[in-house]
Amino acid sequence: MNPLELTRARPGAARTVTFDGRPLTALPGQSVAAALWAAGVTAWRSTRGAGRPRGVFCGIGVCFDCLVTVNGVPNQRACLVPVRPGDVIRTQEGTGRDDG
Amino acid sequence: MAEGPRLAVVGAGPAGLAAALAAAARGVRVTLVAAAEQAGGQFYRQPAAALGAARPQALHHQWRTWERLRAGLGRHLATGRLTHLTDHHVWCVAADPVSGTFGVHALRGPAQEEGVTVRADAVLLATGGYERVLPFPGWTLPGVVTAGGAQAMLKGGLVLPGRTAVVAGSGPLLLPVATGLVTAGARVAALVESAGPAALLRRAPALAAQPGKLAEGAGYAARLLRHGVRTLPGHTVVAAHGTDRLEAVTVAALGREGHLRPGSARRIRCDTLAVGHGMLPHTDLAETLGCTLSGTAVRVDDEQRTDVPGVWAAGEATGVGGAELALAEGHIAGCSAAARLHGSAPAPRRSAAAARARRRLREFATALDAAFEPPAGWAGRLPDDTVVCRCEEVTAGEVRRAVDPLGAGDLRTVKLLSRAGMGWCQGRMCAPAVAGLAGCPLTAGRRPFARPVPLGVLAGLPDTEAGPPDAD
Amino acid sequence: MVGAACALYAARTGLDVRVVDRGPVAGGTTGAGEGNLLVSDKGPGPELDLALMSARLWAALADELGTAIEYEPKGGLVVASAPAALTALRDFAAGQRGAGVTAVPVGADRLPELEPHLAPAMAGGVHYPQDAQVMPALAAARLLRASGARMHVGHTVTGVLRAAGGTVYGVRTDRGDIHAPAVVNAAGTWGGDLAALAGVRLPVLPRRGFVLVTEPLPRMVRHKVYAADYVADVASDSAALRTSPVVEGTAAGPVLIGATRERVGFDRSLSLPAVRALAAGAIGLFPFLERVRALRTYAGFRPYLPDHLPAIGPDPRAPGLFHACGHEGAGIGLATGTGQLLAQALTGKTPELDPAPFRPERFDTDGGDVR
Repeated sequence: MNPLELTRARPGAARTVTFDGRPLTALPGQSVAAALWAAGVTAWRSTRGAGRPRGVFCGIGVCFDCLVTVNGVPNQRACLVPVRPGDVIRTQEGTGRDDG
Repeated sequence: MAEGPRLAVVGAGPAGLAAALAAAARGVRVTLVAAAEQAGGQFYRQPAAALGAARPQALHHQWRTWERLRAGLGRHLATGRLTHLTDHHVWCVAADPVSGTFGVHALRGPAQEEGVTVRADAVLLATGGYERVLPFPGWTLPGVVTAGGAQAMLKGGLVLPGRTAVVAGSGPLLLPVATGLVTAGARVAALVESAGPAALLRRAPALAAQPGKLAEGAGYAARLLRHGVRTLPGHTVVAAHGTDRLEAVTVAALGREGHLRPGSARRIRCDTLAVGHGMLPHTDLAETLGCTLSGTAVRVDDEQRTDVPGVWAAGEATGVGGAELALAEGHIAGCSAAARLHGSAPAPRRSAAAARARRRLREFATALDAAFEPPAGWAGRLPDDTVVCRCEEVTAGEVRRAVDPLGAGDLRTVKLLSRAGMGWCQGRMCAPAVAGLAGCPLTAGRRPFARPVPLGVLAGLPDTEAGPPDAD
Repeated sequence: MVGAACALYAARTGLDVRVVDRGPVAGGTTGAGEGNLLVSDKGPGPELDLALMSARLWAALADELGTAIEYEPKGGLVVASAPAALTALRDFAAGQRGAGVTAVPVGADRLPELEPHLAPAMAGGVHYPQDAQVMPALAAARLLRASGARMHVGHTVTGVLRAAGGTVYGVRTDRGDIHAPAVVNAAGTWGGDLAALAGVRLPVLPRRGFVLVTEPLPRMVRHKVYAADYVADVASDSAALRTSPVVEGTAAGPVLIGATRERVGFDRSLSLPAVRALAAGAIGLFPFLERVRALRTYAGFRPYLPDHLPAIGPDPRAPGLFHACGHEGAGIGLATGTGQLLAQALTGKTPELDPAPFRPERFDTDGGDVR
């Protein structure tokens, strides 16, 4: 059993996105975070202090732990932003703005 | 175009929907302003339409109530009496003393980069709540998520965080989360609840007064049993282990005074930990409007009015109590707002049933709160090197040093002296832990911006807002 | 902050010091400040002399306390967008140089070297290497700790004890009396209320300011940067909203944008016109800020006196009472010099600066005794 089977989901055609250059398939309607989880990815940010990995924590847009860079725009909440075909998703380092 | 007074309802969860439907049915033009793409809030969170889920109810509870709300929403949308602004993230509600109206300022779209202002004659805040998580070593590892977060990702994105989960913490949310995960195909290695059977028994009379609620809990428990899920009451997560992601947790039994029972620690392998210790209300918009708070919730009267004229509040924002209570409060608030906007008082008979339900459910919530209070001594056990403020990476030791020797004794001063609470989430995640470490009461923070706002949006605010600057 | 500096310098002269505050450390205007240590916004006169003295003392404290107070001698950069404003700015800077300020004219072509992200098409500017910054709450807490003073935080002063002859001999608090031959009024914006408890008049009034704090950024703003209009706003007597923001990066990452000036009493409620003006001014200086997010905003209340100078020194109307308040928006910067002058007054030493312009009783026309 998986969630798609459980809810008898018939999603639209899968789309391709990249995560740190690696192609992934994502389902339409999913958030960036859901698409990454579905691909087995749980971390996509490293903190600006200790450089530690982070991913989803609160899942509802409150904690800002899941910040990610999508199509060059940093500090997007992966749990809120819907995934779009061709999205270029990158691990966000620090502030996401070319920290030296 | 519909006519009549305008009410802006912020939030489309159970409280906001019930309020919007009640007000729209009573001749008010309602604008429902909500962050999600679909109505439902956290409790009735729906999968995106594009996922084509034929049976989303397999992950839900009280589905019939949802169908009724959804049908009501559809009817009022069709007549034009109700407008539903989705993907509108409200960052501030401001009263305009000159015109006597309110400006609801929101950011539009998932990127939240475009500003938009909705005007209304009255505002109803149904902003819901978010989860409280008390820290422990390893709680920042990827794979550790809030219990509500795991549920939201499952209901909304139809995804699981991993294969083997431990569900832990305290409170009534843990049972449905564990049940949801296991039904959707995850293995739940353990359900770890810090409240022991004794704490629940002490509240038994108040809890037993709600047979429906108890049956609901028993239903979840039976399903977990069928799936062979081990439940560990009176236990707590001591640490999460892993280098770059979660690999295991250590749990231990709690003694009566909150100490860990020697020799009770055990390690459980898992790739997911869904953890939560109850909920906290979203009060930022109300606080900025000048509404009085009591503790961490917005204070309201019998009609769900705040003490600021023209501002109502309902649901978790006025005190955490669950979806059923939110529905009752929302209905009462919507009826009151409609009556007051038409210059009359609400007829008590029309919402008598809701008022009875509200009283009963608030009593139940109070009993639950007492039964599921955080385990004693958790703050003292926290090692100095554990990160407490996830955004600014402030450790427990740094918070303790802000208290002694630097002299902080409240949340604001700890923040100023340690940076705990200064980051992206503005202390929403760490405030309970900081309060515990500093030994001060948890109070609602002051956050004039309920969410981060691009400076370009601030610079482009309409001129008319609140007129020219006031001067003495 | 001013109280902490008074405690530190008084303790260093050997006095036994107790600090009484009804709130927590840095609970008033200090906690809402940006930590500006500015000489650049002051024209020749007593305030500038105090600022220069304070700047030297801050630098010495920074050597002692290290990074704990986040002292950054980053320097200030004042820019003018139009040639007329630049001429006025250069004239102002020439006067400051005469008073001992280092003020280096910067041509338009050299501005990008100092601030790579500054808006293009500025007419020019002046660089002030003596401007610096501290994190005010940390500075207050660290100075208090370094002073070794006994702390009575959370204790409210309810009265000033005066003997039959009028001499001040301590304070009454909600938790008992504290006897002392000298009482220093460092109550900031509430300094007028404390003076009234001693029966003397000190017309301190609040001037509200909002500060915007952005998301954490890499160092994209290197100095304290503001437009030449700022100096005119600081000196202004207008009650209405005035904004010419000071934009600066911080060690911790966020950019601070402050601050508005309005006289609206102690009203803390959010003013959208104020934050709109701050945001617009900051984007005018640094266009990249348009898409940067503000995480929070907060208000503080600057304590101002009618002539925009602080009250520092003994009060002849109430022997034993000393004042150190009314620094308006410069209290962090002027704290060290104020503390030093106060310590000199407490111990009967010759003050380093002429105390006359700061006399607390200077606003009296009728003796000032309100009892």
